[in-house]
Amino acid sequence: MPEPENALNYALVGSPNSGKTTLFNALTGMRAKTGNYPGVTVDRRAGNLKVGNTDVQITDLPGSYSLQAISEEEHVTSRYLRGELGDDNLDGIVFVADSTSLSRSLPFLLNILNLNIPTILVCTMIDECKARGGDIDFFKLKAELGIPVVGVVGNQGLGVTDLKQFFLEPQKWKTSGVPTFESTEQRFEWADKIFEKVLRHPISESNLTRQIDRVLLHPVLGILVFAVFISVFFQSIFTWAAPAMDLFSVWVSQLANYCSNTLPPGFLTDLLSDGIIQGVGAVLVFVPQIAILFTLIFFFEASGYMARAAFVIDRLMGWAGLEGRCFISLLSSYACAVPGIMATRAIPSPRDRLATILVAPLTTCSARLPVYAVLISAFVPDTAVWGPFTVQGFTLMGLYLLGGFSAILFAAIFKRGLLRGASLPFFLELPPYRFPSFKTITVQVMGRLKVFVRDAGSVILAGSIALWLLLNFPHHQPDSNLSDLQNKQQQIERSYAADLGRSLEPIFSPLGFDWKINIGLIGSFAARELMISTMAQVYAVSEGGDDFNSFAGVLSKEDENGVKPISFAGAMSLLVFFVYAPLCLSTVAVVRRETNSWRWPIFILCYMFILAWVASFITYRLALA
Amino acid sequence: MADSQKTLADLSEIVVAKVLTVLGDDPVSERLREMGFTPNTTVYFERQAPFGGPIIVSLRNYQLSLRPSEARLIIIEGLSGA
Repeated sequence: MPEPENALNYALVGSPNSGKTTLFNALTGMRAKTGNYPGVTVDRRAGNLKVGNTDVQITDLPGSYSLQAISEEEHVTSRYLRGELGDDNLDGIVFVADSTSLSRSLPFLLNILNLNIPTILVCTMIDECKARGGDIDFFKLKAELGIPVVGVVGNQGLGVTDLKQFFLEPQKWKTSGVPTFESTEQRFEWADKIFEKVLRHPISESNLTRQIDRVLLHPVLGILVFAVFISVFFQSIFTWAAPAMDLFSVWVSQLANYCSNTLPPGFLTDLLSDGIIQGVGAVLVFVPQIAILFTLIFFFEASGYMARAAFVIDRLMGWAGLEGRCFISLLSSYACAVPGIMATRAIPSPRDRLATILVAPLTTCSARLPVYAVLISAFVPDTAVWGPFTVQGFTLMGLYLLGGFSAILFAAIFKRGLLRGASLPFFLELPPYRFPSFKTITVQVMGRLKVFVRDAGSVILAGSIALWLLLNFPHHQPDSNLSDLQNKQQQIERSYAADLGRSLEPIFSPLGFDWKINIGLIGSFAARELMISTMAQVYAVSEGGDDFNSFAGVLSKEDENGVKPISFAGAMSLLVFFVYAPLCLSTVAVVRRETNSWRWPIFILCYMFILAWVASFITYRLALA
Repeated sequence: MADSQKTLADLSEIVVAKVLTVLGDDPVSERLREMGFTPNTTVYFERQAPFGGPIIVSLRNYQLSLRPSEARLIIIEGLSGA
C-alpha cells in the first residue's frame, strides 16, 4: 500500500454499527485502498488524508465488541492493536462509539486505554442522540477519561474538521488515569460510574424503531414482509435492470462493429472485435444489474433491516444448524460467492463458518445471472402476471430460491454429519433504523463494481482470448466454393474447441448438452460469466449471425425445419445445471485461502458436480416427458 | 438449578429484570458480559420470534437478539410482574 513517509498512522476501532465506516469515508473520501494483512485473509481498508502539511494514514479495523476476540475479524483488530499484525507504527487509536449506546461502548474503551496507546474518543450520531432526548456532557467525559472527546455526525461531515485538527498532535491524547481491571464486571462498574456522571439526560428509545419493528418483527406480518423483501430483491435485479442493460448491449455491439469496419481486416481485428470486445462486453452488460444488487444489499444492511431479517430467519437457519448471521453471508453470496465467503469471517463458530463456506457457492451468484437471463429470455414467455411482475421474473426467482433452499438443505446435511458439534452463541445487535448515507453506499458499491470489472478485465479477458484461439485454430483454409457462413461453420466444427467439446459428450449428452454447450461449460469454469461470451462466439458464428445484437434472439430463432439451436428440455436442463454448477476458479481460490487447505475446495468441486449432473439429468428427463 | 432462580429465557413473563450474574467462565459467558450483561444492569423484554426462536431484549440503550440457549446463562431477578 503506497503511503507517504513520515505519515501519522491511526486506526479506527469500534463496534459494528458504530458509524465507523461512515466516519472513515467522511475522513478519506473515495480514496480508500483495500489490501491484505500479512498472513490473514481479512481485508485491510486504509486511506490517506492531509491535514495542513501533515500526511495521515487511517486504517479501518474490523468492527469488534471486545479485545477478547471470538471471530476472525475481531482477532485481526485485537492482534493489530497489540502490534502483532503489520509493520505499522501506530501513532494513535481513534475509538468510535455510537453516542446513543455509549454505556455499552465505554467499557470497551477502558480496555483500549489499558493498551497505553494514545487514544481519542469520537462519539458519532450526536444528532440522533439529541433527538432521542439524550444529553451527554462531553467536557466532563473528557475530564473523566483524560483523553480528547469529539462529537460528530459522520454522514453530514459535522465535527470532522475538528477531529482532523486533533490528528496533528497525538502526543496530547493522554491515556493516564485508568486503572488495570481484574474482571469484565469491574471494568463495567467503573464505566457505569463515569457514564452516570456525564449523562445529563437519559436517552429514550427510538420511537421510530419501535413503530417499525411492531410491523417488521410481527410473528405473521414480519414473515410476509420478509417474503416481499426477497421478491422485490430479485424482481428489481432482473426485470427492473433491463432498460439499462439493453442500452449497454447496444453500445457494445456498436463498438464491435466500429472496430471491424474501421480497422484493417485480418486476424488481429477479428480477435479484437469478435473475441475481446464481445467477450468482455457480454460481461460488462451486467454491470447495472450488479450495481442494483449491491446497492440493495448495502442499503438494507445500513438501514438496520438486514439484522432483523437475520432474526426472522434464525429459526430456519437454526434448523439447518447455522445461525442468523450465516444468512447475511449467504445473501451476499447471491451477489458473488467470493465476498460471501469472505464475509463468513464474522461468524464466530468455526464449524458454522465452514458449513457456510461449503454451501455458499450453491446460492445464485450474479455471474450466473447472464446465463439465466439469456436462457429465460429465449425460452420463457414474457407474459405479465401482475403489474411489473412477469413470468420471466418468477422463473428467475424460482431458480434463485432453488439455489437458496439447496444451500440450507446441504448446510443441514453437513452440520448433521461431517461438521457435527456443539453450536456457538448466537447474538446479534439490532441497530436502530437509520436512513443510510448515500455517500457510504456509493463508495461501497463502487468498490464492488471495481472488483467485478477488474475480474472482467483480467480472468475473463484472458479466458475470452484463449477460447477465441481454441475456436479459430487449427486454421481452416477458406474454400472459395463455399459461402462465408459455411466457411465459418467449417472452422468451428474443426477447431480444438470442438474436439474438446466432443470429447466431453459422453459425460454431458445424458443431460441434453451437445458439444457447443460443452465448450461454454469449459469457459464457465474459468468464470461463470464466460459461459455466455463463449456461447456467443460459438452460436453467433455457427448460426450465421454477424451482429451480436441479441444472443437470446439467436437462441430462440428457429431454422428452416422449425428447430431451435437448443431444445426446450436442453435449456431447462442447462438452467438447473447452472443452479448447482461446480464453482468458478476465483471461488476455488478463495475457499482455498479461507480454509487454508486444498481439501475443501476439492470437496466442494466434487459434491457440486455430482449434484449438478443428477439434478440436470432428472430435469432433462422430466422436460422431455 | 434452584426453582427460584430465573434466567433471561424466562424474561417474556417478567418484562423488566435486573441481571444478577452470568454463569460460566467460557468465551460464550465472557462475551455475554462484554455485551453488557453485568450485575445490576436493567434488561427489558422486547419480543420473541415464533416457534421458540431467538428473543430480543434491550439493555444499555441498545437491542440485542439472543437464542434461548444463551439466555439461560444469564441469571436475573424480576423487577415487575414476577
